[in-house]
Amino acid sequence: MNVVVAMKQIPDLQQIRIKNRQPVFDDVPLTFGSIDKNALEAGVNLKENGLADKVIVLSAGNEDLEDTIKEALAAGADEAFLILGDDLNGAESSVIAQVLTAGIKQIEDVGLILFGEGSGDNYSGQVGSRVAEILGWPQVGYAGAVKVEGNKAVVTRVLEDAEEVVEVSLPAVITVVSGINEARIPSVTQILKAGKKPKEIVEEDELDEINKDALITTVSNLAPESDRKRVVVKSTAELVDKLKSENMI
Amino acid sequence: MAGILVFSDRTNLALEILTAAGVIGGTAKVLVINNDEQAQALSDAGADVYKLSNDDISLADVGQVAEVLKEAAEKLNADIILLSSNRRGKELAGRLAQKIGAGCLTDVSAINVNGDKIECQRNALGGATVATQYINGDKKVIAVSPRSFAPFAGSGGSINEIDITIPASTVKVLEVKPKAADTVDIAAAEKLVIVGQGLNSKDDIPMIEELAAKIGAEVACSKPVATDKKWFSEEHVVGLSGKICKPELAIILGVSGQVQFTVGIRDAKVIAAVNTDENATINTMADYVLTADLHEVVKEMNEILG
Ligand SMILES: Cc1cc2nc3c(=O)[nH]c(=O)nc-3n(C[C@H](O)[C@H](O)[C@H](O)COP(=O)(O)OP(=O)(O)OC[C@H]3O[C@@H](n4cnc5c(N)ncnc54)[C@H](O)[C@@H]3O)c2cc1C
Repeated sequence: MNVVVAMKQIPDLQQIRIKNRQPVFDDVPLTFGSIDKNALEAGVNLKENGLADKVIVLSAGNEDLEDTIKEALAAGADEAFLILGDDLNGAESSVIAQVLTAGIKQIEDVGLILFGEGSGDNYSGQVGSRVAEILGWPQVGYAGAVKVEGNKAVVTRVLEDAEEVVEVSLPAVITVVSGINEARIPSVTQILKAGKKPKEIVEEDELDEINKDALITTVSNLAPESDRKRVVVKSTAELVDKLKSENMI
Repeated sequence: MAGILVFSDRTNLALEILTAAGVIGGTAKVLVINNDEQAQALSDAGADVYKLSNDDISLADVGQVAEVLKEAAEKLNADIILLSSNRRGKELAGRLAQKIGAGCLTDVSAINVNGDKIECQRNALGGATVATQYINGDKKVIAVSPRSFAPFAGSGGSINEIDITIPASTVKVLEVKPKAADTVDIAAAEKLVIVGQGLNSKDDIPMIEELAAKIGAEVACSKPVATDKKWFSEEHVVGLSGKICKPELAIILGVSGQVQFTVGIRDAKVIAAVNTDENATINTMADYVLTADLHEVVKEMNEILG
């Protein structure tokens, strides 16, 4: 069986500047969401333990993805399946779910699809659930551990107040929490070599029947106003004095 | 106004969502699945409860629960479904929305009705921005963040039965391990001492706790300190995937200040940041900035405060 890991190309949030409360994306490099990297690591671990044949990274985004994907291929994925479209970066969950599902249907022998529990930017957590619904597969979200036993997966779902160990039949969709593992950081040589790994590239308009109706309208997206004093203090004693003068301690 | 269906596996969250339903207007009905205690509590609070008792249903089977909610919404004439944005609710939201062809917003922290639009606020770009968005079309799934609305308190509630038959769940629950009860409520704390990965070791936690005790604060942490290092339970995490906190005072020690963290503390009244890196992002959102080793600073504070 093959494991598909779905990863989202997002702007590096640390490098986004805010100007007049608006986010500025100029020259901000693209990367993958950090929990997506945990999902990839979980897939690669399954393969390394002989429980999966191939790990295929699936991603939908604009053409920059051909470069961004190297990071995932370097971190242990065997192949990439990319769906490119100008408007796919930041597209709605409902559209991305359809696009990814169309991709999954072109990949053979998929036993498991792994996602991060939420993307690094929007953190809406919908796409995994929507893909499971379109495919009619069982799903387990917030996995803190995944074991594959024959045609079943035993998954520990980490809830707020309990851990729930469940068994589902494969194929299934699983989303992982960041605590599931520590994702490896590929070396520069691994990234360079990754360019040679197989990539299948499909243009979005080659896919049939994607319903692109906007289900969500964004009225505004602004950074909250902040007016902090930013007083630099020189010593612990001075800090304590300041906090005392504000009646805080 | 459209009918609203409310569902959460947690009674306290269902009560908060009922308040959110009141903001939207219209009549809200609450679905309760296999939980008599919850049905009673919600009807006592004044809700119209529709109680479903069917042992074939497992909350662990998100696909099945989505099917149940779809049928309940049809029977009860609801176009708008409000869920809780806890983990169960968030996982359910996307599946249900896909099933009924609805737009969906999760982690919604505020709702404002503007004409026929239900404008929802949620954090975007990892928390760097707050987006105001609404769902187009009649069918809507909205998952409401915990603690965003006060618990509903009304009168004249009722308990009705609802019957939905569905094939038995195929997701098998092998074991449920409750997490060790950790009753800290950092979201409600007036003061917080928050530690990040700048903390050297688990052995340094007692002096952090000592400082917190001296000033009447709770101890909280950044996400990796809980999920990677496992020095605290996840109940202590401040931020996008942790708790949104609004204390009077936050003393932030050894946290770099990435957006997913700062979104959880930016509404604090006074912020003091201690970091060895004078260019740490956290310093840009602090009232008092001290560039120093947090371990030294905490020792000194404990001495000064006696
Ligand atoms: C979808 C998503 C959701 C997330 N949700 C959250 C969330 O809810 N909460 C959260 O916290 N994170 C969250 N994160 C992770 C977040 O991006 C950061 O990785 C995390 O906040 C970093 O934690 P940190 O600042 O403690 O560690 P680091 O970034 O490693 O920073 C450590 C800091 O300590 C300083 N330091 C080191 N030694 C000392 C010393 N001796 N004295 C003083 N300072 C010192 C360093 O200069 C540095 O600034 C999320 C990420 C994603 C992708």
